[in-house]
Amino acid sequence: MSRISEETVNKIAHLARLSINEQELPEYVTNLSNILTLVEEMSQFDTKQIQAMAHPLAMSQRLREDKVTEPNQREEMQKLTKFTEAGLYLVPQVIE
Amino acid sequence: MMHTKTVAEMANDLAAKKYSSVELTTHFLNRIEHYGENLNSFITVTKEQALAAAKHADVQRQAGKAGPLTGIPMAQKDIFCTKGVKTSCGSKMLDNFISPYDATLIERCNQAGLVMLGKANMDEFAMGSSNENSYYGPVKNPWDLTRVPGGSSGGSAAAVAARLAPIATGTDTGGSIRQPAALCNLTGIKPTYGRVSRYGMIAFASSLDQGGIFGVNAEDAALLLNVIAGFDEKDSTSADMPVPDYRKTLNDSLTGLRIGVPKEYFAEGLNSQVADCIHEAIKTYEKLGAVIKEISLPHTNMSIPAYYVIAPAECSSNLSRYDGVRYGYRCEKPKDLIDLYKRTRSEGFGKEVKRRIMIGTYALSAGYYDAYYLKAQQIRQLIRQDFVEAFKEVDVILGPTTPDTAFKIGEKADDPVSMYLSDIYTISVNLAGLPGISAPAGFVNNLPVGMQLIGHDFSEAKLLNVVHQYQQHTDWHKRMPEGF
Amino acid sequence: MEWETVIGLEVHAQLATNSKIFSGAATAFGAEPNTQACAIDLGLPGVLPVLNRDTVAMAIKLGLSVNAEIAERSVFARKNYFYPDLPKGYQISQYELPIVKSGYLDVILDDGSIKRIGITRAHLEEDAGKSLHEDFSNMTGVDFNRAGTPLLEIVSEPDMRSAKEAIAYLKTLHALVRYLGICDGNMQEGSFRCDANVSVRPKGQAKFGTRAEIKNVNSFRFVEKAIEYEVKRQIALIESGGTVLQETRLYDADKDETRSMRSKEEANDYRYFPDPDLLPLMVTAEWVEKIRSELPELPAQKRERFQREYELSAYDAAVLVSSKELAMYFEEVLKHTQAPAKLVTNWVMGDLAAALNKANLDIATSPVSAEQLAGLLNRMHDNTISGKIAKEVFEALWHGAKDADSVINERGLQQVTDTSAIEKIIDDVIHANPAQLADYRSGKDRLFGYFVGQVMKLSQGKANPEQVNNLLKEKLK
Repeated sequence: MSRISEETVNKIAHLARLSINEQELPEYVTNLSNILTLVEEMSQFDTKQIQAMAHPLAMSQRLREDKVTEPNQREEMQKLTKFTEAGLYLVPQVIE
Repeated sequence: MMHTKTVAEMANDLAAKKYSSVELTTHFLNRIEHYGENLNSFITVTKEQALAAAKHADVQRQAGKAGPLTGIPMAQKDIFCTKGVKTSCGSKMLDNFISPYDATLIERCNQAGLVMLGKANMDEFAMGSSNENSYYGPVKNPWDLTRVPGGSSGGSAAAVAARLAPIATGTDTGGSIRQPAALCNLTGIKPTYGRVSRYGMIAFASSLDQGGIFGVNAEDAALLLNVIAGFDEKDSTSADMPVPDYRKTLNDSLTGLRIGVPKEYFAEGLNSQVADCIHEAIKTYEKLGAVIKEISLPHTNMSIPAYYVIAPAECSSNLSRYDGVRYGYRCEKPKDLIDLYKRTRSEGFGKEVKRRIMIGTYALSAGYYDAYYLKAQQIRQLIRQDFVEAFKEVDVILGPTTPDTAFKIGEKADDPVSMYLSDIYTISVNLAGLPGISAPAGFVNNLPVGMQLIGHDFSEAKLLNVVHQYQQHTDWHKRMPEGF
Repeated sequence: MEWETVIGLEVHAQLATNSKIFSGAATAFGAEPNTQACAIDLGLPGVLPVLNRDTVAMAIKLGLSVNAEIAERSVFARKNYFYPDLPKGYQISQYELPIVKSGYLDVILDDGSIKRIGITRAHLEEDAGKSLHEDFSNMTGVDFNRAGTPLLEIVSEPDMRSAKEAIAYLKTLHALVRYLGICDGNMQEGSFRCDANVSVRPKGQAKFGTRAEIKNVNSFRFVEKAIEYEVKRQIALIESGGTVLQETRLYDADKDETRSMRSKEEANDYRYFPDPDLLPLMVTAEWVEKIRSELPELPAQKRERFQREYELSAYDAAVLVSSKELAMYFEEVLKHTQAPAKLVTNWVMGDLAAALNKANLDIATSPVSAEQLAGLLNRMHDNTISGKIAKEVFEALWHGAKDADSVINERGLQQVTDTSAIEKIIDDVIHANPAQLADYRSGKDRLFGYFVGQVMKLSQGKANPEQVNNLLKEKLK
C-alpha cells in the first residue's frame, strides 16, 4: 500500500494554502494514503493506447462576440467584503 | 391535504383555482416551520420572497399569463446562486455570501413562475454521500431520523420526501441526486452533461457536475426538467441542442424496449435484499413488454479510482478562489498574506473538502500528473466506451442505485474510503457524461430502495418514460414516511 | 575567454479588444479601480468563462504574419497558483497545445543584414489584476480591472546573440502587432511587455548556459540596458568562479541593475491541467483562409515594395516601415509631391525625425502634416527655394504656419533666379572687395567660396546657388 509521508502532506498543504497542525497530520497521512491505494488500482489497466478524455461531450469551444455587456458593478461587488478602500480590495502587504 | 399531491395535480388545482399559490406556498412554509428544524433540510427559508413570488404568480394567473408551473413552490439546493439570498454551498466559507446574481437555472425557474421556498441543506461544496459534511449540520432521513438521507443533495431529498416542498433541485457529480433519491424514496434525475446550465451552480468538479431534479414521480420531474433544461450561452459546456417536451412521451409503450442489466452491478458488495427489489423491478418491466439482456460494463470497478482523481483534481483548482480577498470568510487579523490564505482556507473549509483539495493538489503536482490525472482521464475513456458499446445492444441500462439502504448518521464518518465505495453504481454515469435516473423500487426493513436507469446521451425523455410506465404499475413511489 | 550571449524573448501583447477574453467587461485603460471587473473577472462562485471570438482571430492574424502553423485544435489549461491579483487562484492559459506554433520573423539589423528569429509559439491567456503598493495602513490594494484582459504571449527561440538583436526583434514584432491592429503597443501602459531569458556561454560551446529571466521591462531602452547589465553580471559571476542561478530577476531602471525576485520563485508547481470549463478550441481552415485574405500589407512586404517602387536602400525602407504610421506618412507625402522619393526619405528620416525626436513626439502627432511637408518639398523641387530656405520654412510650419507657399510669399523667400538680378548682386560684391578680387585673380582660388558666401548673404540666401556659381566664375575671370 502506498504511503504518503508527513513531509509530503505538509508540502501539498502549502501548495493548496491549507494549514494542517501536528494533531491532524497523522489522520491526513492515513486518509490520503488509503485514498491513494484505492486510486492506484487503476494501474492494473494498460492505457497507453487510450486517448485521454478531458470532457464527456465531444463538442468544441463556442465563441462569443467581442461586446461589452457588463457595466460597472463595483458597488454591488464590494458589498461582499468589508475589506476595501478607495475602490481597491485590501490584502496584507505583498512584498515583492 | 395539499402537500400529498403531486406537482402535476397541484398545477391542475391552481389552474382550476381550487386554491391560490399564496395558499399553497403558505401551506408548505408552515410545514417547513413545523418539521424543517428537526430534519435540518433547509439552510435558508425565504419566507417573504416566497410569499411575494406566490402573490405575483397569482396575479399572473388572474391576468391569464400563467405557465404550466406558475405558482408551484419548490426548494433550491443551496449550491445555486440566488440574487439577494445567502448562497452558502453548505460551507462556512460562504456563510456570509449573498449572491449578487442568479444562476441560469434560478432565472429559468423564476421565469416559469415557480416559487422558491428556501435553500436546501447539502454536503459542503457538494462533497459527500451522507449530508454529514454540511457546515449547518447533518440532514436526517425522514424514513428514519437516525439515518442519513444521502448526499450531497440531502436537504433537497429530505425536504421532498417529507413533503416540505413538492419538488426540488439538486446537483449530481458522482451520484448526489440519484443516491439521496434512492435513500429517500424519490425520483431523481441527473440529465446528460451539458443539458442543464452550470452557470451560477457553484462548481465542485466542472467536468462531472450536472444540475437535476428530485420529484415524487417521473411526471413531476419531467415538468420541472422542461423548465431547467436547455442551452445557455453563458456556459461553454452547455449543449446547443433542442429540448423535447419531456411530458409528451411519458406514456409511450415499453413494448420491445431493450433493457440491459450489467452483471458488474450485481457483484460482491450489493445487499441481497436490495438485489431482490431490483430483480422484482426487472420482472415488472418484462411484463410491460421490455426485453431484458445481460450486459457487461467491464471497467465499472475502475470508476471509483478514476473519479477520486478527477473530481478532487478539478475541485482543488475550483476551490482556490476562496481566499478571503473578494468575498466569503476571511480569518481574523492575518499577520501576512500567507497567513490570510492558510487560515482563511483552513478555518473556512470543512474536513472532507480539505481532504479532497489535498488529494487533488497531489494528483496534479509535478511528477504525478501522468500517473494519476492523465491515467484517470484514460480510464474515463474506457468507462465511456463500455457504455457506448452497451448502447449498441440496449436502449437503457437498469441496476441498483446504491449497494445498500440508508446508513446510520456517523456510521461511515471516519472512513472516507468506505463512504466513497457506496457510490459505485452512480459514479461511472458522471464519468461518461450520461443521463441517469433513480426511482423507488421497494423497501428493505422499511427503508427505501432505488433502482437506477441509465440512458445514452440526451435520452432523458426515454428515461422518464421508462420510469413513468413503471410507476403506472407500482406504488412504491406513493409511499410517504410517517410522522410528516 | 570570449563569451557569447544567448537571448530568448517572451512578449505579452495585450489584444485590442473591446471586452475581456472570457467576460463582457470592458478593457479600457485607466478606468477607476474595479469598475471594469464583473462577476467572472472577480471569480465569484459559480461563474463560467466563454471565449471572445476576436481574441482567436487576432492570434490567427499574428500566426499567419510570422509564417507559423495555426493549430486546428488548441486547449486552454489552468495554471494554478495563489496571488492576490489572481482572482480564481489559477490563470487560464494555453499550455501543451497553443493556437500558434513554429513560426519566424525576419529582422533587419543595423548593418542592413537580415536575421531570422524563430518563434516557438504564441498562445492566448488572461491577464491578472494589479497590486498597488501604496500605503493603505500596511495593506496592499488590488485592482481587478486588468484581470481577464486578453493577452497573446509570443515566445521566441533563443536565437538572439546581443541586446541589439533583441531590440531589433522586439521593434519588428512591435511594429507587426500594430500593423495588424491587434495591440496598441503602448509599453508605458503595459500593452506590450517583455520578459527576457538571458544566458552566456563560452564562444564555440554548443550547450546553453543557465538562464535568468528578466521580468516585465517596459521600454525598448530598458530592455537593452537590462540585458547588457545581466550579461555583464553573468560573465563577471562565472569568471570569478560563481555559477548563474536559474531565477527570475527584476530590472531596476533607477539603479540600472537586475536583482533576484526570490519571493516569486518559491515552490513553482503550477499543476497545469485542461480547464474543464472550456472545450477544445477548433479553428477551421476556412476561417484561417478568410483571415489570411483580409491581412493588411505587412512590414516585410511593405519594405520590399518600398525598395522596389521607390528605389530605397534596404536600411531606409526598413526604417520607414518600422511603424505603420511612419510608412503611411511617407506615402502620404509622396502622394502630394513631385519631388523624388529619395528627397522625401531624407526629409522624413532627417529633419522631421530629428524635430520629432527633440520634441518627444511621434509621427502620428507631428505638427507638420504630410501634406504640408509635401508642399515644402514641391517648392524645393521646382527651385522656388533652396535647401537652406527650406529649413526655415519647415521651422515656420512646425510652429503653426499654414503652408509652405504662404510662408514663402509672406517672407519673400522665393529663390532669385533672374540672371540680371544675380549679376547685379555679384557686381556689387566684386565692387566692394577689390583686394580679394586682386588676390583671387593672382591665383588664390580658395577665395571663390568667400565670394559665393558674400553673394548669398547679400541675397539673404535667396539667390539660386547654382546660378551664383556659374555667373561668379564668369565675372571673376
